[in-house]
Amino acid sequence: MNMMTEAETKMAGETDSKPLNKKMQGEKVNVHYGDKQALFDVDLDIYENQVTALIGPSGCGKSTFIRCLNRMNDTIDICRVSGEITLDNRDIYDPDIDVVDLRARVGMVFQKPNPFPKSIFENVAYGPRIHGLSRNKTELEEIVVTSLQKAGLYEEVKDRLHEAGTGLSGGQQQRLCIARAIAVSPEVILMDEPCSALDPIATARVEELIDELRENYTIVIVTHSMQQAARVSQRTAMFHLGYLVEVDETDTIFTNPNNPKTQDYITGRYG
Amino acid sequence: MIFYLVLALAILFFVAYYFGSTRANAMAGGDHSKLHSRPSYHGGYLALVVTVPALAVLIFWGLFSGTILDRMVTSEFATQLADKSIPEIEAILRDARAIAFGGIVGFRDELKEAAAIRYEELSATATWIVVALVAALCALGLYFGVRSMSLRMRARHFVERFAISLLIACSAVAILTTIGIVFSLIFETARFFQKVPFFDFLFGLHWSPQSAFEAAGDQASDKDLGLVFGAVPLFAGTLLITAIAIFVAAPIGLMAAIYLSDYAGPKFRSIAKPVLETLAGIPTVVYGFFAALTVAPAIRGWGEGIGLSVSSESALAAGLVMGIMIIPFVSSLSDDVINSVPQSLREGSAGLGATKSETIRKVVLPAALPGIVSALLLAISRAVGETMIVVMAAGLAANLTINPLEAVTTVTVQIVTLLVGDQEFDSAKTLAAFALGLVLFCITLALNVIALKVVQKYREQYD
Repeated sequence: MNMMTEAETKMAGETDSKPLNKKMQGEKVNVHYGDKQALFDVDLDIYENQVTALIGPSGCGKSTFIRCLNRMNDTIDICRVSGEITLDNRDIYDPDIDVVDLRARVGMVFQKPNPFPKSIFENVAYGPRIHGLSRNKTELEEIVVTSLQKAGLYEEVKDRLHEAGTGLSGGQQQRLCIARAIAVSPEVILMDEPCSALDPIATARVEELIDELRENYTIVIVTHSMQQAARVSQRTAMFHLGYLVEVDETDTIFTNPNNPKTQDYITGRYG
Repeated sequence: MIFYLVLALAILFFVAYYFGSTRANAMAGGDHSKLHSRPSYHGGYLALVVTVPALAVLIFWGLFSGTILDRMVTSEFATQLADKSIPEIEAILRDARAIAFGGIVGFRDELKEAAAIRYEELSATATWIVVALVAALCALGLYFGVRSMSLRMRARHFVERFAISLLIACSAVAILTTIGIVFSLIFETARFFQKVPFFDFLFGLHWSPQSAFEAAGDQASDKDLGLVFGAVPLFAGTLLITAIAIFVAAPIGLMAAIYLSDYAGPKFRSIAKPVLETLAGIPTVVYGFFAALTVAPAIRGWGEGIGLSVSSESALAAGLVMGIMIIPFVSSLSDDVINSVPQSLREGSAGLGATKSETIRKVVLPAALPGIVSALLLAISRAVGETMIVVMAAGLAANLTINPLEAVTTVTVQIVTLLVGDQEFDSAKTLAAFALGLVLFCITLALNVIALKVVQKYREQYD
């Protein structure tokens, strides 16, 4: 526990080193599933090259919010989103925006590792292929290898790139999914409880990776684990019953929260 | 008589059940925790012990009484029947039974009258013996059943073991019937190959069993038989029509499945899928006259319009209609398979910026491919076994051709024509039907095995 706290303070301390740039902004975001309202007037900004953690009890709307950021909610028929969400100051719900292009810029890693039933190579090459990011086979191979390296998986799988991705362990599968997302060169990576299906060792590995990725990407992570939010994020947003309760720098949230609900939640009094 | 006995046993069953469970209850003094098995199992135990042996005797008697009586009568009249042949003896016994128990009698004579009297006497005695035996078994069962009842008796184990043996017996019926059918096919086929050489049948290019039948009067030699029973045209015809059918059904069925599973709204899907499945419920005879009366003339019309000679019955017509018939198989099974591809894969692909069609083409379909293949194989084996449409739309002429505009015939159709009408059962012509049936059975079996293997492989991927 001690070590974690040290790491946390160290990471949190680094936040001030760069001027902060608002990468994505949510303003008055309301989401309805049919008659049921899932999010109420959420205003939340995502800063560049930072990890923003979304925490809160189950059903609080944090997954709903993260799925608004790359319009994954479009796939749900009864879901309606209102309000404004911008990426680099452009409304992503503008009819002129191509959702396919948006999702290439805002990648996503899911709760349960979901590698395609293809080889490891094909899994990573999938995105670059559909977006035509490489002109020839060598370039494609280069993208695949770099992505796997960035995801910290390359050393483990370099001898079996053409074996099935589904044959990897859970933690490796999740890192494969991260490599797959990186291969498209997104600007923002959304992670919806990326470690909830992993054991502690694999979780530690993925958390380390998230911290490394912050250098080049903007990351939003939904998590149920307070410690994880404290370890990997620089900003934390607390959701409750569809409302954004509080958002602040992670160490403020965890040491001196403004809102009593946040206080109760992070100290484990409910949730 | 047997009917009343069975009725009595049924009543006895419930009485014994009630008695057994009440008695168990009384033994335990209302405290069920003292009993090894619940009172209902004690009831079941008693009911089974009382009625099952008696029922077994009744079933045995019902199955074999006729044979036993016949044996006894024949042995009593052995001297009078000594110079008669077996069919004659059977005729006499049949008449005697008719005199004794009512029925249509050929003609009466003294011997038959005498046999009839013996039949009546023996049957009356036998009935009394059976009744007495049943009663005795029930009584014995009741006596020992009640005596063996105790608090610790494992009545539940007894009842459950009985239930299991009943289940085993039922599944054995299904399996044994299949084995029986296969063996009768094999034996008749073996007889056929005694008359017609195996290779002449399997690789012969000429099929005209009708001419074999006509030539039989003119002492056709075995060599000629080999020449008219060449099955290749039939299998070629089957292959041609099946190929056309799959060519129609595979793309249409698959695309319909993709639309249903990934594009259609839930409302449309809930209506369209059952409707599509009723297409599979239409009797094939109806498809048959649709093919013969509508499609075949239409094809002929078009063909002649562009200067092709089309026979009025064509492989194309039969294949097209058969293709329509198997669309529901392909689409419904493929739809299930495509639906079972995890939603997380679709989301994963969409999250990478793939469009819906890219996701379907590059992720969903490859993942579902094994299932789709097995759906197609099932559809093929259905098409291979189809008869009515071909009879009505493709004709009976065993032409060896790959031109879909000509009349062809298939294995199943020929089996029908070989067996229809009055024929000796052991002529080469009828036996040929069994040989064709066996080969067809092997083909569909192979297809089913392949389909099953593919499905198994598919399952391993997600479990």
